[in-house]
Amino acid sequence: MAPLLQTRDLSKHFGGVHAVRNVNFTLDEGELRCLIGPNGAGKSTFFKMLTGQLEPSQGQVLFRGQDISSAHAHQIARLGIGIKTQVPNVFDGLSVRENVWLAASRLHRGEKARRLVDEMLERIGLTQVAGRLVGQLAHGQRQWVELGLVLSTDPELILLDEPAAGMTHEEVNKTAELVREINRTKALIVVEHDMQFIRMIAKKVTVFNQGSVLVEDQVENIMRNPLVRDIYLGKQAAAA
Amino acid sequence: MNQRWLNILGLALVAVIGIAFMILTPRFAELDTVLELTVYMVMAVLALSLALIWGYGGILCFGQSAFFGLGAYAYAIAMFNIGESTVPVLLAIILPAAFAALLGYFMFYGRISDVYLGVITLTVTLILFNAINSTAGPEFHIGTARLGGFNGIPGIPPLNWPGDRTAAVDLEGMFYLAAGSVLVTYFGLRLLLASRFGRIIVGIRENERRAELLGYDPRAYKLATFTIGGALAGFAGCLFANWGSFVSPTIFGLSQSAQIIIWVIVGGRGTLIGPIVGCIGIQWLSTALGANQPTGTDWWAKIFANAPLILGVILIAFVLLVPKGLVPTLGDLGGWLLGLRGRRGAERERFEPEAAE
Ligand SMILES: Nc1ncnc2c1ncn2[C@@H]1O[C@H](COP(=O)(O)OP(=O)(O)O)[C@@H](O)[C@H]1O
Ligand SMILES: [Mg+2]
Repeated sequence: MAPLLQTRDLSKHFGGVHAVRNVNFTLDEGELRCLIGPNGAGKSTFFKMLTGQLEPSQGQVLFRGQDISSAHAHQIARLGIGIKTQVPNVFDGLSVRENVWLAASRLHRGEKARRLVDEMLERIGLTQVAGRLVGQLAHGQRQWVELGLVLSTDPELILLDEPAAGMTHEEVNKTAELVREINRTKALIVVEHDMQFIRMIAKKVTVFNQGSVLVEDQVENIMRNPLVRDIYLGKQAAAA
Repeated sequence: MNQRWLNILGLALVAVIGIAFMILTPRFAELDTVLELTVYMVMAVLALSLALIWGYGGILCFGQSAFFGLGAYAYAIAMFNIGESTVPVLLAIILPAAFAALLGYFMFYGRISDVYLGVITLTVTLILFNAINSTAGPEFHIGTARLGGFNGIPGIPPLNWPGDRTAAVDLEGMFYLAAGSVLVTYFGLRLLLASRFGRIIVGIRENERRAELLGYDPRAYKLATFTIGGALAGFAGCLFANWGSFVSPTIFGLSQSAQIIIWVIVGGRGTLIGPIVGCIGIQWLSTALGANQPTGTDWWAKIFANAPLILGVILIAFVLLVPKGLVPTLGDLGGWLLGLRGRRGAERERFEPEAAE
């Protein structure tokens, strides 16, 4: 089976800063992958290149074999890649319902769109606050709104950049559950720092460090990998 | 639910007041008042064009007068050549729209940033001002119409009923047409903004990147919005050329461009009724200041005789003290008085994170 997503020697530099360098990454149809690595490792930059927010300095991104390296963000979204960005990226000045409606309206019209919005509000647990402005919601709830937006456009591949950041313990569990549920039908790449969360969802983990892939392995092996412990887990343990 | 009912109530109120004003004014007002009100209405259509582009589309256009002026000149020139007003009116809409589309294409697809967008649009209108201004010689003509340069084009033939060039629209008819245009434009824009297209352009204004990541192409939506705004401004220009039977390059000038922005700022960005109120209010004030100039050599008389100065002070006061503009601020006040605010506040407290489920 051809991979869903593939990058070839993908690189991005900002002036002299090599944020991402020569990443060769492959994701299968329906796969759930976790991406970890210390701050500044290039994970968000990697996501931005996959979604057309940044043009690669070098290398290629292939989605189902099609080169999307220089496609526009909206074209890539239409091909079926959705992203929840690291900084919550929602329509703060609009109501929760209007937010989800805008996403659902990409593909659906009229009554169908309205019904899907109601279903999505129920699914992300925000029916009670549907009329509130998103900008007035708590950080965790805004993350849920953004998840609702992404899911409403029905993408084939979903990128989640630190979805559990700023969430309560309970919300983290709920998010993990949702990720597993989404993965029954969609492929995902999830960037996350919370190792608890990663253990709950992951099978295979890719570790970024200084813009490159350090290792790629099953989650149990990653946890034991001394190199990873050293550059990443160790740092986290030291900070804790 | 009350938000929805308030909306419907507001619409009904605008319709009733608007139609009553339109029907009653010519019966009870003096002719020169009707004439004065007509130009207010014409300008209100122009204000609505910027209300759409800037207030809803988020496109900071400092040169809305470019489309207004093009509409006026297109009508005047076509009218001298054709003599029957149907085609000139259509040209006064289509030419500015096409110009807006072309300009918009380069700006939006060239990924020009918002600030430069303001600068470019302003520059365009000033270039048009200078270009037309220097066409005073007899060699500058299009067909039988002389451009007239800084002298402008006088004696522009009036509108007629479509197809019948003998049935010219008189002063009273012009008032009905202008007031009717405001109403039709207002309700037309309300419909547009309630449609899928309208909601998407507001989404793009709120967060362009997010809209893009959902699969909408902001460039295309902005271009469409800008073009509609250009068409509306052009139509207003056509009405303006009719109103005074005269058009000159000052229509492209800095003070005309600034006026439109001031109407929208004072009335309130992100509303339609606000810019109409701002437009009529400020024009009324300018006229009143102009008519009642105190004479004398006292310092205060000199200050009050300076209408632009007073308008400038009003603008600054609004930007500093009522930054949202008149109508949204009054709306907030009304909502607060009706207790909507209080209830929302209470709701906010109930939804701390743990209560969200
Ligand atoms: N727009 C930008 N301009 C300059 N440098 C950037 C930009 N975006 C990211 N960087 C740099 O690229 C590196 C990788 O950043 P990022 O992808 O955000 O890392 P991560 O998401 O793994 O924490 C960092 O050194 C960051 O400072
Ligand atoms: Mg990041």
